[in-house]
Amino acid sequence: MTPSRTAFAAILGKDLRAELRTLQSLPAMALFAVTSFVIFRFGLNRTSLSGSLAAGVLWATLLFAAVLGINRLFVAEREEGGFDAIRLAPIDRSVLFTAKVAALIIYLAALEVIAVPIFAVFFLNSAAALPPLIVVLLLADIGLASAGTLISSMAVNSRARDLLVPLVLLPLVVPLMIAATAATEPLMLLGGVSYHRFGTWLMVLGLYDLIFALLGYAVFDFLLED
Amino acid sequence: MADDQKGAEAAIKLVGLRRVYGERAALEDVSLETAVGDSLVVLGPNGAGKTTLLRILATLLRPTGGEVRVLGCKLPDEAWKLRGRIGYLGHEPLLYRDLSGRENLRFHAKLHGITGARAEARIEELLDAVKLSHRGDERTFEFSAGMRQRLAICRCVLHEPELLLLDEPDSNLDIEGREIAHTLIGPGLGHTRVVVTHDPERHLPEADQVLRLDVNEPAAAR
Amino acid sequence: MGADPSMYGKGLRPLSIATPVAFAITLSLVFFYAPIEADQGFLQKIFYLHVPLAITALCGFIVGGIFAVLHLRRDDPRYDAYSYVSIHISVIYACGALLTGSIWAKGSWGHWWVWNEPTLVSFLIVFLLYATYYPFRYAIEDRQRQARYASVFAITAGAFVPLNFLAVRMSESLVHPRVFATAEGGLPGSMLLTFLCSIASMALLWTTLVKFELSAKSAQGQLKRLRRALDAPTGPPTSRIAPEVH
Repeated sequence: MTPSRTAFAAILGKDLRAELRTLQSLPAMALFAVTSFVIFRFGLNRTSLSGSLAAGVLWATLLFAAVLGINRLFVAEREEGGFDAIRLAPIDRSVLFTAKVAALIIYLAALEVIAVPIFAVFFLNSAAALPPLIVVLLLADIGLASAGTLISSMAVNSRARDLLVPLVLLPLVVPLMIAATAATEPLMLLGGVSYHRFGTWLMVLGLYDLIFALLGYAVFDFLLED
Repeated sequence: MADDQKGAEAAIKLVGLRRVYGERAALEDVSLETAVGDSLVVLGPNGAGKTTLLRILATLLRPTGGEVRVLGCKLPDEAWKLRGRIGYLGHEPLLYRDLSGRENLRFHAKLHGITGARAEARIEELLDAVKLSHRGDERTFEFSAGMRQRLAICRCVLHEPELLLLDEPDSNLDIEGREIAHTLIGPGLGHTRVVVTHDPERHLPEADQVLRLDVNEPAAAR
Repeated sequence: MGADPSMYGKGLRPLSIATPVAFAITLSLVFFYAPIEADQGFLQKIFYLHVPLAITALCGFIVGGIFAVLHLRRDDPRYDAYSYVSIHISVIYACGALLTGSIWAKGSWGHWWVWNEPTLVSFLIVFLLYATYYPFRYAIEDRQRQARYASVFAITAGAFVPLNFLAVRMSESLVHPRVFATAEGGLPGSMLLTFLCSIASMALLWTTLVKFELSAKSAQGQLKRLRRALDAPTGPPTSRIAPEVH
């Protein structure tokens, strides 16, 4: 059996190389996010945001942009018989799950590096919220990537695959969104950064991450069977 | 059992193999024994289950019933022991179109635990054999069907498998391509082969065993 | 080879008798025994319908998840059918819980929907998730794969439920009072008795409906196989999503 870290590195490397070469997902996600900000500006008729409104707009936008990337996660495997290649290899099949989750976290991080500063420039009074926000983003990314990879791997083998991910994923990430926005809201108050219940909400995020990462890892083998 | 004592366990042993899709039986009561190093040629009309049989042997599908032993491993329980010892060449080349030929082969090599200098040497050796060295760094997206097939053959034998499972290996290959294929996946090179084909004339001469599959009929190799 | 067709029907008769009896008892308790609550008046009695519906639905979802685990581990298609039917009936119960919750909200609060009742909101989210079970199953064409993926869904959704309730509950600021405070804290004895009877009735009805649906599917499956064996037309195409029961 090939050691898991070799297989992990192979799959992750392959994905990143392909993405860097074709740039299919990242620019679309980033552009979508920035355009959404503009739509929110007009839709809400606000030029500055704070507190819960700011948190809501930011997280809703990141979520919908993430769905774009999640939809494309397994497309190469599906179109070019990639699933077969991985299933033929002497590897632990759950490695495909961890490698894809890692890839998705990297895409989401790249998205946030672009979108979040722009959000701050468009709507926030100060950048004080950004450093603590990094922790929230990181934890949320792990959960979103785990749930997203799980659903995406099933959706890719179905009809209407572009519809299935948003349909099933959105209710599934509601607890994640609740925790993320609740942690973010006090960071963006007009009066200054506050850490009200920050630790509690980070723990809820961590719990979500743990459950979905373990779940995905455990069932992935069954998903690749035939 | 007698087989073990003879010291030559069959490479493939099927007893009453059955594969069912919902209500439809794709394979019904297939039995055969193929010795190590032999070539088994599988013939039959479309829909007879040839590809299904190959995929079961490749551990890509589970048998619904019957006994299946490949290279001494009982399927589906011991499928994990078998992977890495089989080379599968299916209808799809299993290549990523946005990666180059070399990158594709490196990826497959890594999945099989072959890395570093050893991988590079093997990749160059194979690309040379199929005459694709000069195009090894182009994206496979730009390859013709024949080139893709040749690269797929490289992928298939990269890890030096004991058993080759070939689904119409000559498709898309011109005469030169077929000769090249012969040197890598042809008979008499030491591996056991199962060849599914629509071209009996080409492959029957090299067969040690022939299996004719017909829709809805039990089959045994002759 | 197929299971005894009366297998699912076993116990169906006693259940079908016990269920309406249980309901009769419960309803008489609700209308004649349980006291009228001071704050909310007569309408509060819908609590005896709403909460048991909700609790049974949640238990049903978890049972569906357990059957899904069994399906994956034992690779036995019957568990897929049990899982599907459990979720099916529970989704109907969840609809009922949302409707009764809405009626209760209108009656006591004047609005058809209230966002500051965390249980109701959590329920809505759980319902929305399980409602996607059907388009999800429908989208996967290969039967075996469909069953496997559906099991993964049921397990994931099962893990999701407690997490969801936790998050929604925590998101409610302590400033907003709970609308339906009755479920919290102690219930006076007479209300408790009525409440427990109602839960028992709901659970009985759930089990009866599940068995009923399984029997019906089993009969359908038998019929289809007989027809096929006789080379007769197999009748209208069966549902694409409901698993075949043998």
